[in-house]
Amino acid sequence: MLAFILRRLGQSAFLLIAMAVLVFVSIFAIGDPIEVLLPADADQNEREAAIRHLGLDQPLWMQFAHFVWNLLHGDLGKSFVFGSDSLSLILGRLPATLELALVALILAALIGIPLGLIAGLKSQTWIGRLIMTTSIVGFSLPNFWFGIVMILVFAVQLQWLPSGGRGPTDTLFGIEFSLLNPQGWVNLIMPAATLAIYKVSLVIRLAYAGTREALLQDYVRFARAKGLSSSRIIGVHILKNILIPIVTVLGLELGSMIAFAVVTESVFAWPGMGKLLIDSIARLDRPVIVAYLMLVVTLFALINLCVDILYSVLDPRVRLSEGQS
Amino acid sequence: MSVLLDVQNLSTHFFTRAGRVPAVNDVSFSIGAGQVLGLVGESGSGKTVTGLSIMGIVDPPGRIVSGSIKLDGQELVGLDEAHWRKIRGNRIAMIFQDPMMTLNPVLRIETQMIETIKAHEAISDDAARQRCREALGNVGIPSPEERLSAYPHQFSGGMRQRVVIAIAMLLRPSLIIADEPTTALDVTIQAQIIAQVQKLAAETGTAIVWVTHDLAVVSGLSDRLAVMYAGRIIEEGATEQVLNFPRHPYTRGLLDSLPINNQRGQPLNQIPGATPSLLALPKGCAFAPRCALRQEDCEQGSIVETFHKEGRRWTCLHPVQDRAR
Amino acid sequence: MSVSAASSTTRSAIKIETPLHMFWADFCANRIALIALAVVSVLALISVLSPWIAPQNPYDLTQISIFDNMLKPLQRSQEGKLFVLGSDEQGRDMLSAMMYGLKMSLFVAITATTAALCVGVSLGIIAAYFGGRVDAVLMRLVDLQLSFPAILIALILLAVLGKGVDKVIFALMLVQWAYYARTVRGNAMVERRREYIEAAQCLALPRHRIIFRHLLPNCLGPLIVVATVQVAHAISLEATLSFLGVGVPITEPSLGLLISNGYKYILSGKYWVSIYPGLLLLLTIVSINLVGDHLRDLLNPRLKA
Repeated sequence: MLAFILRRLGQSAFLLIAMAVLVFVSIFAIGDPIEVLLPADADQNEREAAIRHLGLDQPLWMQFAHFVWNLLHGDLGKSFVFGSDSLSLILGRLPATLELALVALILAALIGIPLGLIAGLKSQTWIGRLIMTTSIVGFSLPNFWFGIVMILVFAVQLQWLPSGGRGPTDTLFGIEFSLLNPQGWVNLIMPAATLAIYKVSLVIRLAYAGTREALLQDYVRFARAKGLSSSRIIGVHILKNILIPIVTVLGLELGSMIAFAVVTESVFAWPGMGKLLIDSIARLDRPVIVAYLMLVVTLFALINLCVDILYSVLDPRVRLSEGQS
Repeated sequence: MSVLLDVQNLSTHFFTRAGRVPAVNDVSFSIGAGQVLGLVGESGSGKTVTGLSIMGIVDPPGRIVSGSIKLDGQELVGLDEAHWRKIRGNRIAMIFQDPMMTLNPVLRIETQMIETIKAHEAISDDAARQRCREALGNVGIPSPEERLSAYPHQFSGGMRQRVVIAIAMLLRPSLIIADEPTTALDVTIQAQIIAQVQKLAAETGTAIVWVTHDLAVVSGLSDRLAVMYAGRIIEEGATEQVLNFPRHPYTRGLLDSLPINNQRGQPLNQIPGATPSLLALPKGCAFAPRCALRQEDCEQGSIVETFHKEGRRWTCLHPVQDRAR
Repeated sequence: MSVSAASSTTRSAIKIETPLHMFWADFCANRIALIALAVVSVLALISVLSPWIAPQNPYDLTQISIFDNMLKPLQRSQEGKLFVLGSDEQGRDMLSAMMYGLKMSLFVAITATTAALCVGVSLGIIAAYFGGRVDAVLMRLVDLQLSFPAILIALILLAVLGKGVDKVIFALMLVQWAYYARTVRGNAMVERRREYIEAAQCLALPRHRIIFRHLLPNCLGPLIVVATVQVAHAISLEATLSFLGVGVPITEPSLGLLISNGYKYILSGKYWVSIYPGLLLLLTIVSINLVGDHLRDLLNPRLKA
């Protein structure tokens, strides 16, 4: 197990280095930040001062060496716009995004698994077909537009929920959580639901396919032949088999949730790092974009590692073959 | 000898989009306590569905459309699910063909054994575990205590089938339906498993319906033999009589095509043609198109009547007259 | 008697039909999928014909008047023209803008998907046929790419490249090719071991002929499904990118950009500018996905029985 984790860590480290090069090279090509940062009537002296201040006058390889050196010290440069350290800027927005993504993930599992299970068990009835057809609509809904419709219905027409923003939060261990504040829940529910809708459909389809597959297996037949109740067969024999792929996929989808939060956060003005990324792209704030990418790549590597470990814990077949090798 | 299982005019049909498939049609047979009945037929002849019907676990779109199944005088057809569940695994057990598929891959052996006992008896975990350990020992699994906490994939195919047999025998059923339990196994293992089942059945007085396509397997095992073709029993009688003096040309064809009844250098005897589609059965005798003894009256009428004589029966107008080779 | 005779003749009649006919008959058995296919066809037709059937050309400044801005649905302009779905902040007829937007959305998505299909299929089949190091390198690349969400890759890429229809198409192609490569490779790896490929090799047929005339046609089924779903995905992705402001330019708006334009009026209750384009977008994507979903069921041999 330890060797397995170490090997995966090595792979992740390699991925990080590759991404660092890629990120730097590509970001270097983004527009000219000076055009954006300085007022249009700035004179030549002011321009040169700004270029020197931002280190843009040095050759590319120097900038890259500088970048890597600073990267190793956890310094990803100062934001052109905010003037503060870009990594801490991003990290400051991380909890809001993570909270949003995790709540959406849990929503997706809680809604998707039972619905998919029902659809799989009753695949020949109208209820099964209804769930599966609805899931295609959920699959197709453009995320941002669904958010807009939610705002129109619940914030503008019914005026039940605020149209955006994070609202009040409570602090635990120095980190702000919306979940700890009842008013925070009100602000969280729409963005989380919007982010979850696509994954709900995904989970429904996974659970549906898994259930139908399991129903054809001899072990389900044998379980019935043993005289087990259908609740035991569904709750233990089928559920345990379908949960393994679902948990794995959901874990991997956490990364895509964080990425998709870019859209949801833009619609609901949720102060997470996705919103910061979009703002930074608009303002050509290069260091913040780099910091975001490096952080996201690190997160993805971490998530993949955790999912691999989780998978091997869940599935006895994998557990054994790892132990033997 | 008292009659344990009495099946009368059982018909199980599948209602598919292509039409009604009479997988089991007007099947009657009975078994005395402790007897072994060999149910022989090609794949698709309805022998497995007969077994599933007796267990009451025919999956939709199939269902029992008519007939009667009596266990110790108790009618099973029309029983509600809760009552039928109490009989399954308890008074009738079933063993399936492929031991690789019969056990749930993600549950420990002990989980799958204990749940069987607990489905029928109020018993403590410790007592149930004790019984499982004994049951594993009885089917010849070494160090049962350790094996209890193993997962199915840690066993070989033969060992898995032993586990399945142990589960089937856990509640001392009066009848076991063994659906080709040795087909998926190596020949040497096959013999071991057959010997094991024979010994256990003899010790506990359990009756067996041994479903197989292999006449050689059941010939040394069964008291009586029933041969199925296209959903019907076409010949039934004491094993010795049927093997030595088959009356139905199909039974004769099966016997002739056994390699042991063929001579070296001669082409293998075979039955020409293929089993008819159950969706489009020919008029009269279903076997007539392939039959060498066919006469005009074979292909008239809806079905051929059954002839009874000296404790055996056959469904053929022009039965075989000479003895088998 | 007559019934069985009739049924046996219909059965034999079906048997002599081509596989394509049988496939079509199977497809028509699902009413929802058939309706969805009809909707997709109508939408495609509308988008192609939009310059001729739209009430106005929304990008011809001589045809629009700023005085007609933000009209509600079914309101008439000062000149008495009817705006069925209202107008936007510049006085453009929403219905016409949506038709043109649909054209742009479909054009971008279909072009990108076709390009990605060509690139992905070529690389995938090369990986499968040659195996070894070529396969390893290509598949690592696919794994790497698929481990990152498409939206993120496209977003960063467009941030680098800037706006433009061609750039959006390029970005969409780049995030899609890996799906095809993986699908084709997976299938081709199975097909490659079949006897007919061995037979073709024994006949010493040229390599490109074996690959494109023997191997590829047998991998088509899953590809069709993936391509259908990916067109829907590409439409959605393009709309999202345009909404985020890195997609198509303001002069050639797609449905996504129309929604984005209406977004700022949502809070004042002027719903039509972004709700109607969104409904059209949803209808398009759902219809394509329904078709794709049914195709998947039909082409999945495991569900056939």
